[in-house]
Amino acid sequence: MGIDSLIGGTIWDEYSDKVTNLMNNPQNMGEITEEEANEMGAKLIVADFGAESCGDAVRLYWAVNPETDKIVSSKFKSFGCGTAIASSDTMAELCKDKTVDEAVKITNIDVELAMRDNPDTPAVPPQKMHCSVMAYDVIKKAAAQYKGVDMESFEEEVIVCECARVTLSTLQEVIRLNDLTTIEQITDYTKAGAFCKSCIRPGGHEEKEIYLEDLLSDYEKEKLAGKASLGNSDAPSGDFDTMTIVQRIKAVDKVIDDNIRAMLVADGGDMEILDIKENGENVDIYVRYLGACSGCASSGTDTLYAIENTLRDKLSQSIRVLPL
Amino acid sequence: MTVYLDNNATTIVDPHVFEAMEPYFVQKYGNPNSLHAFASETHPGIKSAMEQIYAGINAKREDSVVITSCATESNNWVLKSIYFEYILTGKKNHIMISEVEHPSVIATAKWIESMGCKVTYLPINNEGIVEAKSVKEYITDKTALVSVMWANNETGAIFPVEEIAAICKENDVLFHTDSVQAIGKFPVDVQSFPVDYLTFSAHKFHGPKGVGALYVKKGKELMPLLHGGAQMGGYRSGTLNVPGIVGMGKAIESAVEALDFEMTNIRAMRDAFEDELLKIKDTFVVTPREKRTPNTILISFRGIEGESMLWDLNRAGIGASTGSACASEDLEANSVMEAIGAAEDLAHTAIRFSLSRYTTQEEIDYTLKTVHDAVKRLRGISSSYAYAPEGHESGLAAHH
Repeated sequence: MGIDSLIGGTIWDEYSDKVTNLMNNPQNMGEITEEEANEMGAKLIVADFGAESCGDAVRLYWAVNPETDKIVSSKFKSFGCGTAIASSDTMAELCKDKTVDEAVKITNIDVELAMRDNPDTPAVPPQKMHCSVMAYDVIKKAAAQYKGVDMESFEEEVIVCECARVTLSTLQEVIRLNDLTTIEQITDYTKAGAFCKSCIRPGGHEEKEIYLEDLLSDYEKEKLAGKASLGNSDAPSGDFDTMTIVQRIKAVDKVIDDNIRAMLVADGGDMEILDIKENGENVDIYVRYLGACSGCASSGTDTLYAIENTLRDKLSQSIRVLPL
Repeated sequence: MTVYLDNNATTIVDPHVFEAMEPYFVQKYGNPNSLHAFASETHPGIKSAMEQIYAGINAKREDSVVITSCATESNNWVLKSIYFEYILTGKKNHIMISEVEHPSVIATAKWIESMGCKVTYLPINNEGIVEAKSVKEYITDKTALVSVMWANNETGAIFPVEEIAAICKENDVLFHTDSVQAIGKFPVDVQSFPVDYLTFSAHKFHGPKGVGALYVKKGKELMPLLHGGAQMGGYRSGTLNVPGIVGMGKAIESAVEALDFEMTNIRAMRDAFEDELLKIKDTFVVTPREKRTPNTILISFRGIEGESMLWDLNRAGIGASTGSACASEDLEANSVMEAIGAAEDLAHTAIRFSLSRYTTQEEIDYTLKTVHDAVKRLRGISSSYAYAPEGHESGLAAHH
């Protein structure tokens, strides 16, 4: 609650000016034909990601110089909302003049950061991050195509819900820790299954290797076998770098609870953890300031250092804290 | 130029309505329940407004039309009242609603379901309409209430509530209809069919926001909602919203007077607008127009995500709407499009234009021109309309 949540508003209010401008005038929108690629002495790569039934789809065109592996031209087409168009445009821009190997390192977060007007304010509301920023996947598809390898060779994790990008390990963990028994609960906790719904059970528009229903019945069997550890709400101990995402969130939450939250609450604010992602050598923790903190100028700098240093100290030196 | 084509969401207040309300802010501000002239001078206004409201839906004097704060309150009230009266007491164990009700009905039904009641979600057919025969199919002697909206907010589809009400009556089941989209679009007469509860809201027919109403037929149960000073017959305590009630009265009277205009002129304008929109390649509407409220078009533009279309319309000063994914907070696909089973790739492409008696031909012409420009630009960006090299195996699931 609080005044901001009572007033509400629309998601358009949360778009950065850059997002707005790119939606109005995308810079890299268009196609690259075989002929154009040939003229550049480059190999044409065309990769698709997403589905119209999920609400967002993107097609990425690359012209790649086969001698240097450099992306000499990069364009996109997109079915999607404003943020899908703006982020696809930004992604195409970021790919330019990079080698394919460099491009593979571009993440959705990089795209989002590039669309910010100032470093501390997110370019898009959090719920848009999941579904409309699709850089990561489509670039990997393009790269896999260029190298003639399987896309999985770039994927560290099995994604069950493509729309909300929820991994198998996250789902298994969330189901177990919260003792979930229904699809609705899974959707409430993770957003998995909220969108195109094809990950819920066979018969959707997209065939999956594993469905949410399978996960629930696996867990049910596990419980029957007496193997499940229920209601384990204690923060896990051990090496942060080898924890699963849910264990990490719990560990971070505990450190914040024990060391930081009281300080924020004393000033009339609070914070929440939005996501934890591995980013190369770093573990990036995305947080959002709430209440008084959200408008406070120092929340971007002083408080941030304090939080980051505490988390590094207690958990892992690889942690970076990024406010969204 | 600005054009407002989102009249199913809310409407401009009729200047005559505003005029009627004005004295009740600075001049006649007394609490109607007090014992002095400041109170008494509000009474004639309240009385005549209530007469106008009763006349607007042809309610009998012995029936109740309780003024609430919004249609959401009225809908919540009916369902929760049924829960406490019938479900909690164990007299009945089942209610039915349509799967495309307003969230204020669906979310309340889900809450009741979570309390152990059986809830049937009646399906819609491929025209977006709930069929009376499905009510017949699922009704039991344990059914307490059937709640089906009269006209759908997204498609404008008109549901056969007279027929459904008759089935309910035969089976001794209570019937409620959310008529928010009906008043001012076609005649609403509570004596013409066996309806027990009926919801409506002033701001949908050029009245003020914050004023809803719930019709309750004489003898039908309703649990008091707000306990307190016994206003509204003790069913809903709280100081009367005098200007709001006066505004609703004037608004419903004007809306009923304008019915012919709405059903002839606005319908003709809507039809011509729709004909022009459908000339654009790859566009679709779901419900046949003769089965719709006269002011509503829900149209899909293949290859264009709904929010993108709203974006371009908004840049040109035009307000329309989409229930689809990206424009709403929860990002879910358009519920009606999903329920109809529209091709999956269309679920995110629906745009709703809803006209009112204030809509002008000039505004429609300007909107048409803008839509053409937007379709051209957005299909230019769209991957559905994009070039793919020969032999490229598209990963876009929509291309099946």
